[in-house]
Amino acid sequence: MSYLETAESPEKLRRLVIDPVSRVEGHGKVTILLDDNNKIHQVRLHIVEFRGFEKFIEGRPYWEVPVSVQRLCGICPVSHQLAAVKAMDIIAGYGAITPTAEKLRRLMHYGQIVQSHAVHFFHLASPDLLLGFESDVAKRNIIGVVAAHPEIATQGVLLRKFGQEVIQHVAGKKVHGTGAIPGGMNKALTIPERDAMLAKVDDMIAWSTAAIHMLKKLHESDPDFYNKFGEFDSNMMGMVRGDGALDLYHGGLRANDADGKNIFDHVDYANYESVFDEEVKPWSYMKFPFIRTLGPENGWYKVGPLARVQVCDFIPTPLAEKERQDLLAIGNGRPSHGALLFHWARMIEALHGVEVIRDLLNDPDILGTDLIADKGARKEEAVGVIEAPRGTLFHHYRVNEDDVVTFCNLIVSTTNNNQAMNEAIRSVATRFLNGREVTEGLMNHLEVAIRAYDPCLSCATHAIGKMPLEVSLTDLNGKIIDTRFKNMLGA
Amino acid sequence: MSEIANTFTLDGQIVHFTPGQTILEAALEAGLYIPHLCFNPELKPHGSCKLCTVIVNGRSGSACTIKAMPGQEVQSSTPELDGRRRLQLQMIFVEGNHFCPGCEKSGNCKLQAVAYDLEMLNPHFPHFFPERPIDASHPDVMIDFNRCILCEQCVQTSRDVDGKNIFALAGRGMKSHLIINSPSGKLGDTDFALTDKAAHVCPVGAILEKRVGYAKPIGERIYDEKTIREQVAADAEGGL
Ligand code: SF4
Ligand code: FES
Repeated sequence: MSYLETAESPEKLRRLVIDPVSRVEGHGKVTILLDDNNKIHQVRLHIVEFRGFEKFIEGRPYWEVPVSVQRLCGICPVSHQLAAVKAMDIIAGYGAITPTAEKLRRLMHYGQIVQSHAVHFFHLASPDLLLGFESDVAKRNIIGVVAAHPEIATQGVLLRKFGQEVIQHVAGKKVHGTGAIPGGMNKALTIPERDAMLAKVDDMIAWSTAAIHMLKKLHESDPDFYNKFGEFDSNMMGMVRGDGALDLYHGGLRANDADGKNIFDHVDYANYESVFDEEVKPWSYMKFPFIRTLGPENGWYKVGPLARVQVCDFIPTPLAEKERQDLLAIGNGRPSHGALLFHWARMIEALHGVEVIRDLLNDPDILGTDLIADKGARKEEAVGVIEAPRGTLFHHYRVNEDDVVTFCNLIVSTTNNNQAMNEAIRSVATRFLNGREVTEGLMNHLEVAIRAYDPCLSCATHAIGKMPLEVSLTDLNGKIIDTRFKNMLGA
Repeated sequence: MSEIANTFTLDGQIVHFTPGQTILEAALEAGLYIPHLCFNPELKPHGSCKLCTVIVNGRSGSACTIKAMPGQEVQSSTPELDGRRRLQLQMIFVEGNHFCPGCEKSGNCKLQAVAYDLEMLNPHFPHFFPERPIDASHPDVMIDFNRCILCEQCVQTSRDVDGKNIFALAGRGMKSHLIINSPSGKLGDTDFALTDKAAHVCPVGAILEKRVGYAKPIGERIYDEKTIREQVAADAEGGL
């Protein structure tokens, strides 16, 4: 029975997917519909998202959720912890958290940004970028990068490690730590911990800058290719601070259209339900969110690094802002939409992350010991939103008077990019595959486009430089004429 | 007539005991760890978890119930006994829902600590994934039945120490489970209080004070610095 048969009713839908047996880790599938002349008629990306997780949360006490929800993702657990705790601060009855607590949370969040962006760029994307989309598949992985560009690979590993260390100092562990609790933080930072991080920060700034410059060089080698690959117009969304600056921890939501014209600004994310809706399509497990006022046809958008650096008015750290200006310049005043530009934006954010970490570490508040806010009355419902490495992440909870979660809705970054990823592979398929026989190299073009969005499925597999992908060629009658599997789980 | 020394050997080490002590009590007092879960020094041992099973003069028995006797030869840390303990732990893990990364008792949990000590690396058996809703009806304490290992410490403490008889075990064998003595079966309908001793005896994350959660940072929890074995040794030294 199809998923869509019960999709009319969200309660039923969630119930269907809680069965842990049916949970499949990160499996992406692309289907392409061709006619006799290999002309492409349809391209679809189907993803099994982290389904059913809401059901694990419902029935649990609210104070447990920020930590337990981290099980959603092994690579950006901190994002889930923080989105959840922002909601639980409100539910538990806390007002604004203390300056030290907020700065510690920011520290761990930007540590997560640096860590996640470094992994993605150096481990997952650089094999394509540095070795070529159609390079020998046996060598097109991080091992190949190490052989060809040892210094870049080393820097990538150390940049990631730095991000992990930041997380570990604040949360107690590199992965699945604690740290943030409703009302604030559970541990103050010590001077030795701060100094250990400060000692490394200059190298990290240098290396993330070098990564951006490497990307710029690649871009200069063939600007047209890099601008147009996986390109398509769309709205973009991200969070901004009151003054319009990029802020990945807290702010209002801003969306601009493909030309950069504003759609909404400084929207309080607590009202996300009145701003967004999600469309269900029969052929994908993942929903398609859209902006209500624009409808499902025109209201979908991109989130993540490329959207964020272009919707904000400025990045509030100087080095990253300077790099941002260079990225903006290629659009001549219009936002850029090419998929590969995500990598460039991602490393600008990584640089920004390191700059923020440096500033936070130099702020005396970071060593403060006032970690928990004053408590007021318990609330029943709250929304927590954060800009996770991959884009805007929504957590919405209702908690009953016994302190138990009765309702949980998560819109993860990858879901926000669902339509955008579909459009990206359509763009690539039209340009590179139309009328040709599919080869491994061409197939990798599709992967490159999807990977640019850094969807959660690429990390869920824990496979270095690989992403499980299945491409099926189907004739107009729906008959599968060719299927290729790549890096499937268990293969 | 020469006096018989009040000593026995545990894995070859001489252990002094006070007459009346069990093997487990004497071992713990000497700082020697015998894996155990249901034993609580303040309660009458009832030997339900069987984790403390040792070989005494060639016969197996529970260290928490067998009285120490002069000249006993006790074996505990043998590959065979530890292997059996690991199997018992694995059965406990799959029978309930023990997901350490999301559990607030992590780092303070005896079950987790023993599993680490015995190097239980995987659950081995398929998980049962039982569906057991939590009881959060009480304003200050909640019970997560998913993590109950049926050690009965709460049952005994509430009955024998608090004089309230809030908890009981019902059902037999695979069906046995913890119940609350109230008409609704809910903790909120009893006179249970956070100040009751029974609110603080649970060795795992089943009976929890509400709204505490992860207030203790990683690094400051009971078993962060020392393993349970090292903790037992340290406690014995502190007690000297
Ligand atoms: S609730 Fe805790 S103390 Fe009571 S029987 Fe279960 S595990 Fe033992
Ligand atoms: S401690 Fe001896 S049987 Fe449980």
